[in-house]
Amino acid sequence: MQTLKKKLTEQVLRTSGVNVRKCMRCGKCSGSCPSYDEMDYHPHQFVYMVERGDVDALMKSNYRCLSCMACVERCPRGVAPAKLIEAIRLMVVRQQGQNHLKADQIPALLDKDLPQQAIVSAFRKYSK
Amino acid sequence: MIFSYYPGCTLKTKAKDLDRYARMSAQVLGITLEELPAWQCCGAVYPMAKDEIVTKLSSVRALMSAKEQGNDLITLCSACHNVIKQVNNDMQNDRDIAGKINNYLNPDVEYHGETNVIHYLEMLRDKVGFDVLAQKVVHPLTGRKIAAYYGCMLLRPASVMQMDNPENPVIMENFIRAIGGDPVIYPYRNECCGGYVTLEDNALVGKNSVKVLASALENGAEMIVTACPLCLYNLGKNNAQHKVPVIYFTELLAEALGIKDRGEEENADA
Amino acid sequence: MQKIGVFVCHCGTNVAGTVDVNAVAEALKNEPGVIISTDYPYMCSETGQNIIKNAVRENGLTGAVICSCSPRMHEVTFRKAATAAGLNPYMLEIANIREQCSWIHKDMPTGTAKAIVLGKAAIAKVNLNVPLTSGESPVTKRALVIGGGIAGIQTALDIAEAGFEVDIVEKSPTIGGKMAQMDKTFPTLDCAACILTPKMVEAAQHENIKIYAYSEVTEVKGFVGSFTVKIKRKARYVKENICTGCGDCTKKCPQKKIPDEFNLGMNNRSAIYIPFAQAVPKVATIDPEHCTMLKTSKCGICAKVCTANAIDYTQQDEYIEEKYGAIVAATGYNPITLENFDEFAYSRSPDVVTSLEYERILNAAGPTDGKLVRPSDGVHPKTIVFIQCVGSRDTSGCGKQYCSKVCCMYTAKHAMLTREKYPDTDVYVFYIDVRTAGKNFDEFYRRAVEDYDVHYIKGMVGKVAPMADGKLMVQASDLILNEQLHIYADMVVLATAIEPDKSARSLATMLTASMDTNDFFTEAHAKLRPVESPTAGIFLSGTCQGPKDIPETVSQAGAAAVKVIGLLAKNKLTCNPCVAHSDEQLCNGCSSCEKVCPYGAISYSDKEFRMPGRTTAVRRVASVNAAVCQGCGACTVTCPSGAMDLNGFSNRQIMAEVDAICR
Repeated sequence: MQTLKKKLTEQVLRTSGVNVRKCMRCGKCSGSCPSYDEMDYHPHQFVYMVERGDVDALMKSNYRCLSCMACVERCPRGVAPAKLIEAIRLMVVRQQGQNHLKADQIPALLDKDLPQQAIVSAFRKYSK
Repeated sequence: MIFSYYPGCTLKTKAKDLDRYARMSAQVLGITLEELPAWQCCGAVYPMAKDEIVTKLSSVRALMSAKEQGNDLITLCSACHNVIKQVNNDMQNDRDIAGKINNYLNPDVEYHGETNVIHYLEMLRDKVGFDVLAQKVVHPLTGRKIAAYYGCMLLRPASVMQMDNPENPVIMENFIRAIGGDPVIYPYRNECCGGYVTLEDNALVGKNSVKVLASALENGAEMIVTACPLCLYNLGKNNAQHKVPVIYFTELLAEALGIKDRGEEENADA
Repeated sequence: MQKIGVFVCHCGTNVAGTVDVNAVAEALKNEPGVIISTDYPYMCSETGQNIIKNAVRENGLTGAVICSCSPRMHEVTFRKAATAAGLNPYMLEIANIREQCSWIHKDMPTGTAKAIVLGKAAIAKVNLNVPLTSGESPVTKRALVIGGGIAGIQTALDIAEAGFEVDIVEKSPTIGGKMAQMDKTFPTLDCAACILTPKMVEAAQHENIKIYAYSEVTEVKGFVGSFTVKIKRKARYVKENICTGCGDCTKKCPQKKIPDEFNLGMNNRSAIYIPFAQAVPKVATIDPEHCTMLKTSKCGICAKVCTANAIDYTQQDEYIEEKYGAIVAATGYNPITLENFDEFAYSRSPDVVTSLEYERILNAAGPTDGKLVRPSDGVHPKTIVFIQCVGSRDTSGCGKQYCSKVCCMYTAKHAMLTREKYPDTDVYVFYIDVRTAGKNFDEFYRRAVEDYDVHYIKGMVGKVAPMADGKLMVQASDLILNEQLHIYADMVVLATAIEPDKSARSLATMLTASMDTNDFFTEAHAKLRPVESPTAGIFLSGTCQGPKDIPETVSQAGAAAVKVIGLLAKNKLTCNPCVAHSDEQLCNGCSSCEKVCPYGAISYSDKEFRMPGRTTAVRRVASVNAAVCQGCGACTVTCPSGAMDLNGFSNRQIMAEVDAICR
């Protein structure tokens, strides 16, 4: 389990390109996040969790990040928590059968005005 | 002035107005927008991962096509602009990604981010000039209190997008002034509407969109203009309590230039 | 041929543990020029030094090589011993067989072989050494302090008390600096003006201090002990020695809508103004940008009203030249501007203020007469949020990378002063860390939390959104409870980073003093020489060297003064003789050396030289000022013709060392 944890953490760091050690635990990311209340884990936590290797918990719950880049823009250390989330999502959805959003879910979600941009974005962020 | 033009899929279907008014207005302003031949969907969001290569290819193809035509590339949809500009930045600055993509596409001449990507608003500001635009206005929107909604995609990450100050932008407000309107500044104009999470969690989108609408209304807005079809959709779906029309900025542009009610063919002859 | 003595030190077991010192002494006996070679456990001890001295006298040695610890340890010791024995100290060289040999290697064969090589190189060098004599340069017993804040004032007072003349040059119309703008000072909460103004008056009245306010340094020439400085005295359009500071002119001036710099633009002043009531010198100044008379030749009311006849619209800037032995930089700091931090809505709401602005609001002589009211509507705020670290500890490129040091304390101060005066006002402080390292500092901040009920929340504000009803919605994180908070505040105070005054960079160029990438003056050694610039004769006082609070500033100001006094107390300065010199016959006047010299020690002049055929020609050649040259060797390396060489480290000597090593 230890080795798997280390592997997962390394994968996240490599895929995201983020240097988690730059974080100074200021919390500005969490102060900026528009979906803070909907998340189980919050931006200031993702960074620390990845640093400590608690990647599995994040792999189960990371679907409320809007990729709005507010945390990336405002972080005074250039840490980019949003990139970590994306890397973690990819680690989940790159596994076979682990897509968070599946094609057969779509028809129920359609309405006549929904721009396809929304569908494509969601697939890009939640599936492979 | 001639530019290559990348409309993006949504502009061809659900957001036809954004595209139509943009092209008509461009003609009046002496700008030729040459749609790229055989472009593909940009992907709607920028893949941030360092090892995502294939998902960036369509943007690179669009950029290479523009380079071939020898023009700057204009985009209109905020999302397309964001993806294409960030991918272009990778091609300029990330040797690993640029190397892999050039390797895979195997073009005659390697692409390293030579194309200049600008948003239609930047074209208005930098290539036409807001003062020149103001002179061409036929129906100034005098007294109309218009709020600009930037959303996230146009402004962030600022180090790459470089459109304006991400926390205190002025480009859309200056545009509104140029067409005679009264810009309304409100604090939520650069906060996310909810974006793609609309497929997963309507409540979250509702919460965010309502914040934007309420803030705009609270500061006296009569209407909101935006450049993103998804923002328009999200805000529009959540205005039950805070009723304020949300339209594309190009529609207002066309109205101010006096060409809104013309058909496209009519405009082409004019 | 030289007569060289070699002395190998065991340094206890420090060297002898890894180097066979006997073998080294034996091997070096056979080197060219060596007539005796010996070893001893502790060469630096009195016995060891006597061995050297006796050897010099008995053998008539002309040179000596000590194989020992680093020259940084004992070069001075051994050179003194040589001098005592009648040997020129620059005929003695040290081969470092400790830091560069025995302390690095683990086995004796390697250590010994290397020690022998190092010894051979030193011997080869000494064979080419020539005796050097230190030169002397004079000392002008006057000091210049650039900057009239608390640092400059304190340094000047300390130098003056020691009996030396000192001039203070200050660019604003009055001395006092930032401390004059403060209300109360931590950790004692005594009134800033009450403790500062007596010092300002003392400086003005001290017989040894001359204050040039509303003046700037425009040129610095010379070197340590003999600086020549040009000072521009800007025209006040008021005769400084006649004006009584009564203030009648300021009352009658019709131009009253100019943003007052002292109150950071929160209220207005007139075109003819006195910055604040306790200004020193207490004289009026006319702002030429806004004076109707100076711009359109219409008005002249102040001249009519002035009973002392002190107004002079024809006054010009005056330039004076003065000589000094030492210069102190005390140019201070400013809070950064906030265009990269618009998430806090500073430019969108007048109720979002910086800490310095808040300080002025609290101050009884400030824009609101000390009443805490919102700048927008004059209403008393019921909820105030303080945000720490705005622009500090920021590596994203928007702000400064360093911690600004004083903000945690002054925010605690602001919070306490607010709660004490207005117990009905709620105060929140969002912090990343609370840095309160000074004496009584942590106790001070804990009083804010425990006795004054200030809400300290660990977290950061993401956004301040001005609402239509005038409130400021503060969205922040609470990291301990894991919550995102929304606080509806009436005022928000930003603890902005501080940066050196903008005039510092051009001043550093004038002084040839080094600065770091943040525009703070660099000290000669971060720990052991904190108040001196590496450039001889330039000293540093106050925040221009790095962020610091008032207690530290005053300490450092005193330290800088002591260094200045130490310099001015000398009648002559001994120059380091290991300086560069240029062979005029080889110099081609290319200026490469002048450009690379970090100390400004090289100058060019035209000289006449004898040429073939009984003619003369004027050629431009370099000359090195031995008093300023620090012997770094950059010019020697840069010189394309080989004209420039370094005493004590000549090109021939370096090559001889290399040859000895390669043999």
